[in-house]
Amino acid sequence: MKEQSNWLAACRVEDAIENGGVCVKHGEEQIALFYFTRRNEWYATQNECPHKKQMALSRGMIGSTTDEPKVACPFHKKTFSLSTGECLSGDECAIKTYPVKIENGTVYIGTTPKS
Amino acid sequence: MKEPQIIVIGNGMVGYKFCEKLRSKTKSFKIIVFGEEPRRAYDRVHLSEYFNGKTADDLSLSTENWYQEQDITLFLNNPVTQIDREHRKVYTANGADYSYDILVFATGSGAFVPNIPGIEKDGVFVYRTIEDLDLISGYAKKAKTASVIGGGLLGLEAAKALIDLGIEKTSIIEFAPRLMPRQIDAAGSDMLKSKLADLGLHIHLNKNTTSIEGDGRITALKFSDDTVIDVDMLVISAGIKPRDELAKACGVEVGARGGIIVNEKMQTSDPAIYAIGECALYDGMIYGLIAPGYEMAEVLATNLCQGDKAFTGFDMSTKLKLIGIDVASFGDNFITEPDCRTIIFENKHKGVYKRINVSNDGQYLLGGILIGDATAYNLLLQTSNNRIVLPENPEELILGARGGSEPAGGAGITGLPDSALICSCEGVTKGDICAAVADGSCENIDDLKKCTKAGTGCGGCLPMVKDLMTYTLKSQGKYIKNVICEHFNYSRQELFDLIHIHELKSYDEVLDALGKNDGCEVCKPLVSSLLASLWNEMILKKGNDVAQDSNDRFLANIQKGGSYSVVPRVPGGEITPDKLIVIGEVAKKYNLYTKITGGQRIDMFGAHLNDLPIIWEELIAAGFESGHAYGKGLRTVKSCVGSTWCRFGLHDSVSFAIRIEERYRGIRAPHKFKSAVSGCIRECAEAQSKDFGIIATEKGWNLYVCGNGGSKPQHALLLATDLDSETCIQYIDRFLMFYIRTADPLTRTATWLNKMEGGIDYLRNVIINDSLGMAAQWENEIENLIASYKCEWKEAVENPAIRKRFSHFVNAPEDKDPTIEFVEMRGQKRTAEWKTL
Repeated sequence: MKEQSNWLAACRVEDAIENGGVCVKHGEEQIALFYFTRRNEWYATQNECPHKKQMALSRGMIGSTTDEPKVACPFHKKTFSLSTGECLSGDECAIKTYPVKIENGTVYIGTTPKS
Repeated sequence: MKEPQIIVIGNGMVGYKFCEKLRSKTKSFKIIVFGEEPRRAYDRVHLSEYFNGKTADDLSLSTENWYQEQDITLFLNNPVTQIDREHRKVYTANGADYSYDILVFATGSGAFVPNIPGIEKDGVFVYRTIEDLDLISGYAKKAKTASVIGGGLLGLEAAKALIDLGIEKTSIIEFAPRLMPRQIDAAGSDMLKSKLADLGLHIHLNKNTTSIEGDGRITALKFSDDTVIDVDMLVISAGIKPRDELAKACGVEVGARGGIIVNEKMQTSDPAIYAIGECALYDGMIYGLIAPGYEMAEVLATNLCQGDKAFTGFDMSTKLKLIGIDVASFGDNFITEPDCRTIIFENKHKGVYKRINVSNDGQYLLGGILIGDATAYNLLLQTSNNRIVLPENPEELILGARGGSEPAGGAGITGLPDSALICSCEGVTKGDICAAVADGSCENIDDLKKCTKAGTGCGGCLPMVKDLMTYTLKSQGKYIKNVICEHFNYSRQELFDLIHIHELKSYDEVLDALGKNDGCEVCKPLVSSLLASLWNEMILKKGNDVAQDSNDRFLANIQKGGSYSVVPRVPGGEITPDKLIVIGEVAKKYNLYTKITGGQRIDMFGAHLNDLPIIWEELIAAGFESGHAYGKGLRTVKSCVGSTWCRFGLHDSVSFAIRIEERYRGIRAPHKFKSAVSGCIRECAEAQSKDFGIIATEKGWNLYVCGNGGSKPQHALLLATDLDSETCIQYIDRFLMFYIRTADPLTRTATWLNKMEGGIDYLRNVIINDSLGMAAQWENEIENLIASYKCEWKEAVENPAIRKRFSHFVNAPEDKDPTIEFVEMRGQKRTAEWKTL
């Protein structure tokens, strides 16, 4: 993993949506932040779905297949792994994923992508 | 002793299949393959799919490591150029030489290019390899018109590819007086021609091309009848030519019109040399289909392993879908009277032509042709190939039995012998398939494909393979269950009852009590819909909001680009001028595109997520409510103006439509449902195309059910006649609850009825005669749903926690999504195109 030096204070834990996503503004960029309460896990990915280039992943439903956490784009239900960014619907495209940490009730996103 | 060395020239489908079959039988040969193309063997049968999104990798028959794993040496981009039979050596393009003990020609065929003056011009292509397709798609970008020479199977495929590439005008030029002259007769060709013309293809038969015009680049085609067609590009698909030049050069015997002559063991005039696939000439014939090529590969591989198999010709029956049109021929398709009796069915209205040729004694099916509807193909082919004695009325094979409701297909497969060849590409019999299912190793179609390889070639036999699987499972007494997804091992109907009994109210409760793991995008909206159908609580209640489908989640329809559309309810399509003005004002204020919908209301497009709550507030203040255009529930009840204005109207259809729309608004169901009320038999409201439709009669209302428009339109069927308003509503109440409780997920009422055993008669018995004894309970349940109706928009704007979610950025709640773009069109805005191709 690349070294993480830039942490963006995204929002308070209570502003995130349980078992769902919100969109975080980072300059010109948009990052989707998911609070997977059921698994007690946090994930961050690019907000743009690479299939039709729509800023939509934060509005997608999350879930799992076998044990892989995933998000489904609301447009055409392409699914992506939340942990690796890999497209699980058999397409070539992958999405960027970012590290997340929680400190004193604030959610931080590392703005250098993991993948 | 040193291992014998086999050299295979050619890495096409048949060459690859030979390697696969040989390696599955033995490891004891050394195999070297030379290919002329730069890539591994790929699926040439489905080549045109390269133009609708399949990549070269998708079409590849093997994985990258396959040859290595199988211990086969593969040289690509390196054709064999010379053969020294005396010393048993081949020389390749890069100068190397290799010795062989056995040499196999699998060189296939090239496109036959007629010798027309001007054939060398730019813009003239053949249609054979992925490289050809790349050249065609490159050139097509600047072309508006194109022609294909050749109206055979490949020519029609090429024409389809040109349409897919966006060519505005595509024509097909055929020398013969009919299309697909090897497969179909003149009447079949006429039918196919008129269907292709409907799709915008221009067909010219009896046309002999005499020259290709243009200065370096093609601009027109000239014909022997002195006519001219202007074209920007030309694809030649006038047949195939076996690649026999290497064989000929080294003195192996070839046919007068091409093809390497082989015997029934695929052996050429040189006993160490064999030929398989489209380069081989057996008994004076080239077999230009994939299934006989694979059979030749099987014959050779078996004989090389000391087996004993012979190739004795092959059934050239085919079924394919050309631009969405079924075309099939089987057995002896052209035999005519007095050698047989033909039965012909023709329906010009639907574009269907079927011909079967029956033996003079009426006992056997000899062959036939199917255009427009080839659903009976597999069964007819089996009946013909296995010499199954025909029923008393053989016309029922193409018309379907009339009177009885038993479909012809179901009974048919049970009558086939175990030896019946189901998948001719891979040589899989009915016995193989049933055995694989019966021994428990395969319970779904993917397993079955992996285990038997059935259906992995052209795919035409898959419907029959599925039927055989279901039939075998059923005959073993296995219950075939329609489970929702990996998280819930229940059908929708079972889950409905379980949620009801356990009184579960949220998605998480349902998952904890009845499912496992974390859920997914399949079970979440399904459970949410069940919860809504059962309890009718606010769907965005905390926890359930994230389990809603995209549109339900924000109570609006997400559109291309990420903006939303807003549709207020306009019951029955009746609206006051003041309300019309409000819609106009709101649309102007928030810069929305407006359009009248097919359901008699007004859709406002292009709203930012952040603006939805204020738009709704303004609409609510003027007396509007949510139209549920985003939900799987009641959409609209359309009406004609009825007896209040119309001189033909029998009853007040508008008032009845409003009553019905307000009764069922907001009720969630397995899919959306629509309704309409017409004031007389002229049916201006198109009620017979709705999930339930009502038409006024002299004595009351006629109630129709289970119709729909959409991709597969179906007329609604008459459920009951001359009802008074109260009885009509009572029947609709029962009908809707029966549907909501029992339909599979995302199943419209028409499909639900189609799957129902006993059909409309059964449904009528349940609704009118209460044959299940459920009517009172259902009426009670629907009354509860109606009584608990609330406008979702109103609840959302009044609840701060829900309202907070209508902003794009969590860390900049006032900012709208800056990536949403609009452009101007006809004085309004429209969304910018997808940013991808």
